[in-house]
Amino acid sequence: MKIIVCVKQVPDTSGKVAVNPDGTLNRASMAAITNPDDLNAVEAALSLKEQTGAEIIVVSMGPPPAEGMLREVMARGVDRAVLVSGREFGGSDTYATSQILAAAINKIGVGPEDIVMCGRQAIDGDTAQVGPQIAEKLGLPQVSYAAEIKKDGDTLTIKRMLEDGYMTIKVKTPCLITCIKELNTPRYMSVNGIFECYAKPYEIFDYNTLKDDPLIDPSTIGLKGSPTNIFKSFTPPQKGVGMMLEGADKATCDKLAGILAAKHMI
Amino acid sequence: MDFVLSKEHQMLRKMYREFAENEVKPLAAEIDEEERFPTETVEKMAKLGMMGIYFPKEYGGAGGDILSYAMCVEELAKVCGTTAVIVSAHTSLCCAPIFEHGTEEQKKKYLPDLLSGKKIGAFGLTEPNAGTDASGQQTTAVLEGDHYVLNGSKCFITNGTVADTIVVFAMTDPKAGNHGISAFIVEKSFPGFSVGKHEKKMGIRGSSTCDLIFQDCIVPKENLLGQEGKGFKIAMMTLDGGRIGIASQALGIGEGAIDEAVKYTQERVQFKKRLSQFQNTQFQLADMHTRMQAAQYLVYAAAMKKQNHEPYSMDAAMAKLFAAEAASDVTRRAVQLFGGYGYTREYPVERMMRDAKITEIYEGTSEVQRMVIASHLGVK
Repeated sequence: MKIIVCVKQVPDTSGKVAVNPDGTLNRASMAAITNPDDLNAVEAALSLKEQTGAEIIVVSMGPPPAEGMLREVMARGVDRAVLVSGREFGGSDTYATSQILAAAINKIGVGPEDIVMCGRQAIDGDTAQVGPQIAEKLGLPQVSYAAEIKKDGDTLTIKRMLEDGYMTIKVKTPCLITCIKELNTPRYMSVNGIFECYAKPYEIFDYNTLKDDPLIDPSTIGLKGSPTNIFKSFTPPQKGVGMMLEGADKATCDKLAGILAAKHMI
Repeated sequence: MDFVLSKEHQMLRKMYREFAENEVKPLAAEIDEEERFPTETVEKMAKLGMMGIYFPKEYGGAGGDILSYAMCVEELAKVCGTTAVIVSAHTSLCCAPIFEHGTEEQKKKYLPDLLSGKKIGAFGLTEPNAGTDASGQQTTAVLEGDHYVLNGSKCFITNGTVADTIVVFAMTDPKAGNHGISAFIVEKSFPGFSVGKHEKKMGIRGSSTCDLIFQDCIVPKENLLGQEGKGFKIAMMTLDGGRIGIASQALGIGEGAIDEAVKYTQERVQFKKRLSQFQNTQFQLADMHTRMQAAQYLVYAAAMKKQNHEPYSMDAAMAKLFAAEAASDVTRRAVQLFGGYGYTREYPVERMMRDAKITEIYEGTSEVQRMVIASHLGVK
């Protein structure tokens, strides 16, 4: 059994966000971190590994320095890593990225017992599209927003966390799951893991590695294969401070109900 | 000469720092105030391999090196002096002598549980009348058939109340002076062993410091560590290594105080200026950082020499002497920069100042370090 986890290196947006004059993110001036939701996916895979002995492979698309992030993920207990990297892949939007990652996952191979995991979304683009698109391109059933995962044989019982409630569904392997932060708390790297991570298998898949996959075509990858055009980037105006009502007496509650009703919220 | 850390060491620093910030710092004031041993933190550190960093995997260690151990103690000490000394005493004073002087059977029996952090280790050398003059041991060990009988007491034992395994020194031949001291591996379950009073300390108040009492304590013959009469040498070699740990602790405490002072002086406004805008603040912080940076070089150099099996006794003594005195100075200056707030327990610098002082005293006082350094210079 294998678990393939997609991870992305992203700029740390918890500090100061730097923006280029053209409105794109100034990634060079921001610290690079592993996308937080992806670490939840890695942790879920590591928990399943403890239960099943599965092999865990992380896959990332990005420039060569992303190796550092992949080694760190291996220091948490992941078995091997693949970096998908090539000039031809540069400028890809979510459509083209999922095309390339799906081809890379095909290359690794998805067997009947295998699982593909992704974080829900990356903190730089916040689209939550890549995971589901990979599932579509690989023809795998997908379960998004996983807040709990239980495995029994070839069946996974997954609790999805949605805005207005939970949904529990069962799915058979092979499948793709996107993970949210409520799923678990990612473990730290360990001392042993750090001293082992540079000796673990690490491969680079470039254009030549993947070019024979039917998903890979100059018209479906890179900037050319990306239907998304950025029309405008801007910092949204700050919302007002909001209104505070204090007290639980009837008059205050009536006032609150009145305000909400006026805004057609109730 | 290359002062760049390896990729692994940079990654370790990041991991230690994340762990210290998220798991250790939030408890630091509480365990100091309540004088409570942070068992929950030790369990977390154990899972990450931090209780057996530089020992081989075949004995359950993490397979790291001495520098990675020094960096661990340093990063922990930046936020909590107590947590740092728990790791240091366990590693340098108990795991190290068993690894370096134990028989294969002893190593296989004791190291896996110690290095995985399932058990905590301690070191019993100091006695009420044998402190800096460690040769004045009054605890005795008499061989009776297949076991030794130990009688006497030890004091100021770090990790004493929580330790399962303790390396203990006792006189097997009182007439032979230093050459009559032997080392033993004692389990807390051995008959005749008990823990005495718990010390109430000025700093590192979350760490356990207590007396150990041996009253006809039965220690199996096979638990003699090294040869009979070689205990003093084992103790001195162990303390050489321990000094790297305490020097790292001092280094971290000083660096932690600087981190706090840099942050505070950029926020605090007096005379319509941030404190950081006053040249006095800038000069103070520049001096403080320079001292701790010099300390770091000494500590890392001693760690690398031990790692490379070079003589490092003088280097460890210099590292501990300098780092400890720098930490005391730097934390005192940090309190001064904080002014009245620095003297309160609302901010961590007063705790850091109290924690720093012990690094000038335990595992050889600063005076002992000077004696060691002078002896290496051949000054008699």
